[in-house]
Order: sequence, then C-alpha cells, then structure tokens
Amino acid sequence: MREVAVVGVGMTQFGPSEKTNVELFSEAAMDAIAESNLEPKDVQALFLGNVFCGFEEGQVTLSAFAAADIGVPYIPTTRFEGACASGSVAIRDAYMWVASGAYDIVLAGGTEKALAMGTAYATRTFAMGSDSRYEAPTGITFPGIFAMMAHLYAKKYGIPLEQLKEQMAMVAVKNHHNGTFHPKAHFRKEITIQDVYKSIMVADPLQLYDCCPFSDGAAAIIIASAEKAKKLTDKPVYFAGAGQCSAPPLPNQKDITLVKARQASAKQAYDMAGLSPNDIDICELHDCFTIAEIVATENLGFFDHGEGCKGVERGETQIGGRIPINPSGGLKARGHPIGATGAAQVYEIAKQLRGECGERQVEGAKTGMTDTLGADLCMVCNMIFRI
Amino acid sequence: MEYKLTAKMFAEALKENRLLGLKCNRCGAYTVPPKKVCLECASEDLEVVELSGWGQIQTFTVIQVPPEGFEAPYIVGMAELDEGPWLMGNIVGVDPDEATMDLIGKRVKLGHKIHPGDKFSAGEMVAVTFSPQT
Repeated sequence: MREVAVVGVGMTQFGPSEKTNVELFSEAAMDAIAESNLEPKDVQALFLGNVFCGFEEGQVTLSAFAAADIGVPYIPTTRFEGACASGSVAIRDAYMWVASGAYDIVLAGGTEKALAMGTAYATRTFAMGSDSRYEAPTGITFPGIFAMMAHLYAKKYGIPLEQLKEQMAMVAVKNHHNGTFHPKAHFRKEITIQDVYKSIMVADPLQLYDCCPFSDGAAAIIIASAEKAKKLTDKPVYFAGAGQCSAPPLPNQKDITLVKARQASAKQAYDMAGLSPNDIDICELHDCFTIAEIVATENLGFFDHGEGCKGVERGETQIGGRIPINPSGGLKARGHPIGATGAAQVYEIAKQLRGECGERQVEGAKTGMTDTLGADLCMVCNMIFRI
Repeated sequence: MEYKLTAKMFAEALKENRLLGLKCNRCGAYTVPPKKVCLECASEDLEVVELSGWGQIQTFTVIQVPPEGFEAPYIVGMAELDEGPWLMGNIVGVDPDEATMDLIGKRVKLGHKIHPGDKFSAGEMVAVTFSPQT
C-alpha cells in the first residue's frame, strides 16, 4: 500500500442547526476542499458517514445528494453506517481505497441532524444499535449500556460507587474546559463536579452531565496519496495506521469493561503503524459517557485496567498531562452529531499536529490517535496519524 | 442449512417462560440468544435445548430517560446463566428507586414481559425478565 495523507479538513459549528444534512456536509466539504487547494471537480469519490438521515429528514441515498450539492454528481458515492463510528468507518475506507491506488483524492466525513428527532424519538432510534430482538424489548438505552458498564467497573475493581462517580465527573469537567477553547464546540462553558451531581439522573449512575449531547453538525476530510499531498500542502498529516473491528451483541461480550472490539481494532492500528500506546502524544476518543472515556483510556493501552479512573484524577489526561485526551472537548463538549463525530476527531488531530489549535494546542504533538465506538460496543475504528 | 432456532421460536417459548438455546455438539458451549452457528466455535452442529432459566445478576441500571414507547423508571440488567452465557433482561420485583449495587450477585429466575412493539419493531417485543430470589 502507498502512503496516504490528510490534506484538508473542514467542520461546521456543532450544536442546534436549521440546515439539512446535505447543507451541513456541503459547508464542511467546501472548507476541506478549499484548504486542500483543490476544486470539487478534483474529488474522485465521496465516502459519507451518516446514521439516521431516514429518521431525521425522511431522506436516504444521502451521499448522492451531497455530491450533487457540491457540483460532482457523477462520481461514485457511498453512505457508511457504523452507528456512532460511521464517520471514522468512512474515513478508514477512503484511506484504504487511496492507499490501494484506486483513487488519488477522496472526500470523506460525516453529517448528522440528531436534534431534529427530539429526545424520546432519538433515544428510540439510538437504541436500534442494540440487538432489536433480544435487547431492545427491555427498553435498554445507550446511557443504559454505559451505566451497566460503570456498575460492572465499580464492582470488578472494588471501587466505591461514590468515588467512581467523582472520577467520572472529573472527565466531564475536563472535557467541558477543553471545549471552551474550541470555537465550533456545541458547549463552550465550564462546569463543576457539583453541576454534574445536580443534573438529572438519566440511567443510574449516569447523570445528564455524564452524557454527551445529541448534536447537529458535519465534518469533512480530503484524503490524498502522499505524492499528491506534497504538491497540495506543505503540512500533510500522514496516516500511520488504522484498525476496525466488530463484536457480537453486548451480552455475548460478557465483561463489557474490556471492549474487545476496541482492543482488536487498536492492535491493528498500532501494529500497522509500528507504534505502541507510549508513542501516542494525543488522543481523541469516544467519550459518549464519562465512564466510556475512562474505559477507553484503558482499552487503548494508556492505562492499566482499573487505573484509568485514577489517571483522570491525577490530571494525566488534561492538556499538558502525560497523555492529553480529547483536547477538542470530546463528544461531551464538542458535541456528538453521530455520523460526523469520527471526522471531527480527525479534524482535531490534523489541526493539533499542524499546531493550529490556539489555546487548546498540545505543544509538540507529532503523533495522534482517534477512537470511535458504535452501537452495542460492536463497531470500533481507530486511526493513527503523524507528521 | 435451515435456521435452527429463530427469533420467533425463541420468543414463543419465552412467552411460556421457557428459555431456549443452542447446545453445540462439537464444543459443548451454549449459544443464547440463538445464532446460526455456535458462538464459541462457529460449528453448525447444534441442537435446540431448554435451559434452566436460572442465573446471577452481573450488572444493572435504572433507566430514567426511556425510548419512545417505554415508561420509566425500570431496571435493565445482565445475568450470567447457570449454563454460562450472559443475557439482558428487565429486573422485576424490585422497586427501581431502591435498586443498589447489592443487586449484583443476586440469584435470579427468568421470566418474560411482552411489549406491544412499535412501527420499527416488526411485531411485538418479548423481553426476558429476571426475578431476584431471596
């Protein structure tokens, strides 16, 4: 396979929007194309992550409409659905196609209008990521899955629940702090541990501020062969490795604090890059819930099992810490327009490695990783980038 | 080869509080809920068996913000069955407001609950329930 790089990135404001999925994606895409010193006609294929366009807008075949909207109606376009990992799955596939030599320049990313559904309907559609025959009849929700993860984590490692809840709240406080420095974040306000404790209970022990929001937004990435990239930009951000893995339905996984799909996906990415967790300078990972960030930092090898909760307490995951996690504010503060999230993570890593992140810049970051998790902990994609 | 234990067959048995699963003739593992092949070794040499319906709670949550069509609060948990597999179900017979970490480890007997389903569910939905035994 040949070397491949990210040459341009674009992202809309995340948060409530009156724009359509296509309009949102077109804004992000044109920014990415312009940053790449390209024109739409140079794009050879579109790989678009989106989960719920049918439920949000009564629209399917979204990728074709998106390509037409930016003036390239006659190219191959595909919509990628990998639940909350859709954007990353689209980008990883685009990377593979360019690495194979089939294309030189691909537009990839994602878009979502989750807020259009409202909380009850959105909670129902998100629950479609659980097994519809054997799990959905219980009324399980996504917060519910991670709430079960939190209880299992506390029991397994013998941590008093009150202590774990405080450590989880510290994740929310950190990510909200980081989000204040991201101009396009859904939430740009500081919160305190007490704010977390005062918020409503969603799925015991997860309170509202333990949960990421439903968001609208889009993000887009231009992926090019290294040969092309060097001609287009003086700051290419190279793919070092990528991994993707699925898993059986949630109960079949038994100990859900281990997220086996992530362990396998991350191993693929590390092996392909010839790197280990110690080589990663920054990571944008899937903090859909506060416990999810703690568990992900362990699954990815940044902390031993049962130690991630102490890492956040010691400040090791802050900007300036040993391994800064979610300098963008993460899903918690940047927001979670699910089809776009993976692309927003790549946007952040590219900006960080190019040194363009202002007050949230992680000084000297040269190697960055993304981690996106979808559905019944059964859809994970990891990518590693370097300059 | 024909699907040995379909979701429909599983649900019909569950409505009689009978838990059906697949026992592998190659490795001996139980696959519950059913799949086309053994969860452990991918063999298709499976037989339909009725499981004991007993297990032990491993984790749980109290849902306070439900999906459309469900009334909160209610408890969802995962139990390890005596035969090995883990299964998701509603923990019943416990006041959701009184649910604590003490639920973990409790011995439970399996039952069922019927939800009428919605326009997305392709018919009624039958949930496993777990009743803690004291």
